[in-house]
Amino acid sequence: MKPFWFGAGPISNAGVLVRLGAIGAVMLSVAGAFAYTGGWLSPVRLTQDRMMVAFQDANGIHAGFRRNHAKGVCVTGWFESSGEAAVLSKAAVFKPGRVPVVGRFALAGGMPFQTDAPATVRSMALRFLLPGGEEWRTGMNNIPVFVVNSARGFYEQLFASSPDPATGKPDPSRMKAFLAAHPETVRAMQLIKKRQVTSGFANSTFNSLNAFRFVDAAGASVPVRWSTVPVEPFAADSAEPSAAGDKNYLFDNLIAQIAQHPQQWRLIVTIGQADDPTNDATLPWPEGRRQIDAGTVTIDQASSEDSGRCTAINYDPLVLPSGIEPSEDPLLSARSATYARSFTLRAEEEHEKPPSAVTVQEVQAGGKS
Amino acid sequence: MTTKARFPAASRLLHWMMAPMIVAMLFIGVGMAASVSPRYDLLVLIHRPLGIAIFVLCVIRIVNRFINPPPELPDTLPSLQRFAAKASHIILYALMFIMPLVGWGMLSAARYPIVLYGPLRLPPILPHDLTLYAWLRDLHTALAYLFFATFLTHFGAALFHGLVRRDGVFGSMASWR
Repeated sequence: MKPFWFGAGPISNAGVLVRLGAIGAVMLSVAGAFAYTGGWLSPVRLTQDRMMVAFQDANGIHAGFRRNHAKGVCVTGWFESSGEAAVLSKAAVFKPGRVPVVGRFALAGGMPFQTDAPATVRSMALRFLLPGGEEWRTGMNNIPVFVVNSARGFYEQLFASSPDPATGKPDPSRMKAFLAAHPETVRAMQLIKKRQVTSGFANSTFNSLNAFRFVDAAGASVPVRWSTVPVEPFAADSAEPSAAGDKNYLFDNLIAQIAQHPQQWRLIVTIGQADDPTNDATLPWPEGRRQIDAGTVTIDQASSEDSGRCTAINYDPLVLPSGIEPSEDPLLSARSATYARSFTLRAEEEHEKPPSAVTVQEVQAGGKS
Repeated sequence: MTTKARFPAASRLLHWMMAPMIVAMLFIGVGMAASVSPRYDLLVLIHRPLGIAIFVLCVIRIVNRFINPPPELPDTLPSLQRFAAKASHIILYALMFIMPLVGWGMLSAARYPIVLYGPLRLPPILPHDLTLYAWLRDLHTALAYLFFATFLTHFGAALFHGLVRRDGVFGSMASWR
């Protein structure tokens, strides 16, 4: 018996039409599936492009700058591993010894020329350059927990804090509605408000916020969060330099301190227990969890973004060495994807980027603007 | 006249091994470029080594094409369709070869580590340069759309041969006998 559809021999004119129609339908379905996968058929699906539009609505357009943590400086130094984390993670970075580090200090928010202020969230991003081309990139903030626990939450918060085109100011009713729908943000903000703000970057503690997993040589894994804890003693922020008119006082102080002597942070790894939340960055882990001092980060050079080695780098939290794995926290994929798009956009805009707030001259002058 | 000749077994094997890989690659690519969902990480994790695997198979396939030439198209095929068949195959081969290299190159220019598996990384093949990255990243997208369009045309043409012309061209690649 001959196959009905495929096979040889003449077909009637009507048959040709039916077959052409079937081919068209199959091709259209494949094209439709492709368009659906690309998000073109789903106007409400949260995509990388829609996230970028939300940043633009909240902060305006700043060509060539990161869409978030836009104001920053580059630093370099090294990480000296104590070897203590090597039992929990097979990552080469935790074997005793040194690896080079390229970092970036920044202020949260998409405004590259904002005035430094104590309450603004500070960040430290680090890129550990391991042997064999492996890397570990991490971006940490000086807050104990993150304000949202999902990409959608982040997007809605951006929308709620965007200026209303009519008034030029955020509409308080939008923020109220956002907080009503996100009790996790209300709880997180209470913890964040309680934190002690220090006098500068050099004595700030920076936290990974998201959970990860350390995997040892035998394949066993434990949930972890990490922090960089300053060797510099605590000093409360007085905010006076800001009042004295130095818009970049936090960055200038950091540059001056690094010029004086290298600044150091201990890399403290907190090991979670089975019930500790690893999928929700708004929730702190209970006090008293076991902690490991994995080693010391030393920063001995600062440079402007306009000449520094951190500028052409995306501090993607999913760039991890073998031995560190992502947790099931949905923010990790969301951050990775959003950073990637922000990185591509600013790379495309590089030729129109104005000088960064902290200029090459300012760093050369030792941090005095 | 209908052609009774078939593609050699090695060619059919390579074609049917790579076809689902390439189609998956196009869908993963367009999906991950849009996604901020928890699937993003997995998609990236598949996309990079799969791209390199396609590149390796493509090199083998080009060598195989010289060793095992494809059967002639039937003489009855109009010259325009004959030209379209030749041109689309050249485009498909070129894209299979170039797309992974553009991807590898753009990741190199951005200094993203190119993870194969575990601690295995591919070395960068281009200097660390944002402008170069931006150019290659846009090229990667443009070539991906061209690849999808060419694949769809190829798929439609194959069905046209099999269902309407019934000239043996479809069976020369698709038959299992």
